[in-house]
Amino acid sequence: MKKIQMIKLAKVIRSKNSGPFELTFDIIFKTRAIYEKIKKKKIISKAFVRRLYNVTGKKILNICYFEPAKAVKITIARSIGSGDVGETDVYGAQQHMPLVNAMINWGK
Amino acid sequence: MREMKILSPTAILGYGFPEESLNNGFKNNPDVIGLDAGSSDPGPYYLGEGKPFVPRNAVKRDLELIIPRAFKRKIPVIIGTAGGSGAKAHVEWCLEIIKEIAKKHKIHPKIAIIYADMDKTFLKKKLKQGAIKPLACAPKITSQVIDNSNNIVAQMGVDPIIKALDHGIDIVLGGRCYDPAVFAALPIKNGFDPGLAVHLGKIVECAAIAATPGSGKDCVLGIIKENSFVLKVLSNKRRFTVDSVAAHTLYEKSDPYTLPGPGGYLDLLNTKFTQITPSSVEVSGSKFVYAKKYTLKIEGTALIGYRTISVCGVRDDIMKKQIDSILAVIKKETMKQFPGKGNYLGFHIYGKDGVMADLEPQKKITSHELGIVIEAIAATQNDANTLCGFARSSMLHYGYPHRISTAGNLAFPFSPSDASVGKVHKFSIYHIVEVDDPVKIFETKYIKI
Repeated sequence: MKKIQMIKLAKVIRSKNSGPFELTFDIIFKTRAIYEKIKKKKIISKAFVRRLYNVTGKKILNICYFEPAKAVKITIARSIGSGDVGETDVYGAQQHMPLVNAMINWGK
Repeated sequence: MREMKILSPTAILGYGFPEESLNNGFKNNPDVIGLDAGSSDPGPYYLGEGKPFVPRNAVKRDLELIIPRAFKRKIPVIIGTAGGSGAKAHVEWCLEIIKEIAKKHKIHPKIAIIYADMDKTFLKKKLKQGAIKPLACAPKITSQVIDNSNNIVAQMGVDPIIKALDHGIDIVLGGRCYDPAVFAALPIKNGFDPGLAVHLGKIVECAAIAATPGSGKDCVLGIIKENSFVLKVLSNKRRFTVDSVAAHTLYEKSDPYTLPGPGGYLDLLNTKFTQITPSSVEVSGSKFVYAKKYTLKIEGTALIGYRTISVCGVRDDIMKKQIDSILAVIKKETMKQFPGKGNYLGFHIYGKDGVMADLEPQKKITSHELGIVIEAIAATQNDANTLCGFARSSMLHYGYPHRISTAGNLAFPFSPSDASVGKVHKFSIYHIVEVDDPVKIFETKYIKI
């Protein structure tokens, strides 16, 4: 099966805090056709996020397909509250690269 | 058909905007100017310390371009989350700036000041009643957590702002505020649909960030009508597109269809975005669903200690390969030497996992050099300085296996190498509280300057 890198399919891939205790990722796809295919194949799943970020399923709070923006939103629990001891990214804005580099099974 | 125009000059008061865009905004005869002045994004320090994260002169510059003009044209200016975090100290800080502007321009605006600080006794009573619940992933709340928190604020909804507007004021200066409320208050007071008003507020609170190309430093206009609202840019450099507006609806939220706020939630399941001109988008179908019990989001911070940091670099390949085991020894020895309660020593290793820590999937170091920030936290600044200094000197001269560079292990860009960076806070409270009266709970003062 042909594999394709996520960056080839999306025009925006970003991460940011959603409040001080959650980290949320948005993937906005280039076209509606790509979005529909991703959705139909259920490519973005808990297992997918677990594998990319090495987090337990319990920490994955929500995966939501958002039609109006041809986007998928993934929300995970932060390991610590924003700015608490051990923080590395107060705004959570630089956690997106594993998604950018993810290889997707894309068929023929 | 009636409509109301809401001007949003900038994403955060103090971020700035081109004067030409503001002029275009005034030319459209806005009914109200909303200014979201804060965010919890910059972390717990600012709420904890009562300090702003935007420079004073930048806030003054923005307000000086807006307030005298709005006052002369009788356009109310509504500021939410004044001073960045919206506690009393932040509100007073912003009030001083407004007073300086009023004096210079010889104007005497009537101001409603709405504080968002929450009384600890009240919160402890609510806790006993089971009326405080954690938001996702928030830490456990107890009476002690409330007592140990230094600043606790609640995000006000439109209700106390509407009450203030009833008094015929020129400026509403609000403490911590639900971001859309400063834009939605006047339309809701005038009978426009709350779902449309709050959704409009959600989009324009970030000003031109929801346009393309996006910018937090440019003005936009929202026009609310009976069954829809329209988003207009105020600079010909940008456009609102269906894509840019829909994408913004995702921003910084966990669930883009259901957006909870004070007194209910915004339901976007049936929202439609329509491109009506090349640069304007019309939005319809958004609904506000009132909750049975009115809840407010409360945020609190607590002091952890004091921090000292030291920035250094490593270029030696032999050391680089062993960096984890070397730093483990340094940490163990330093903590053994200074075992104070609450002492913390950590290393941010840039070039390894300094950005993503546990979430970093790439374990192998591929960079030729490492940047390291040594971080110490302790109960006093002096103790933090000691911890950091001891760790730094231990690292500098540590004789790790196979070492050939016996003169020193670290490159320091600065002398002094260590910096005392002061107090460290954490978010201690991130909960919702049920309230009986969403107006009274926010202490409001009316003044004329």
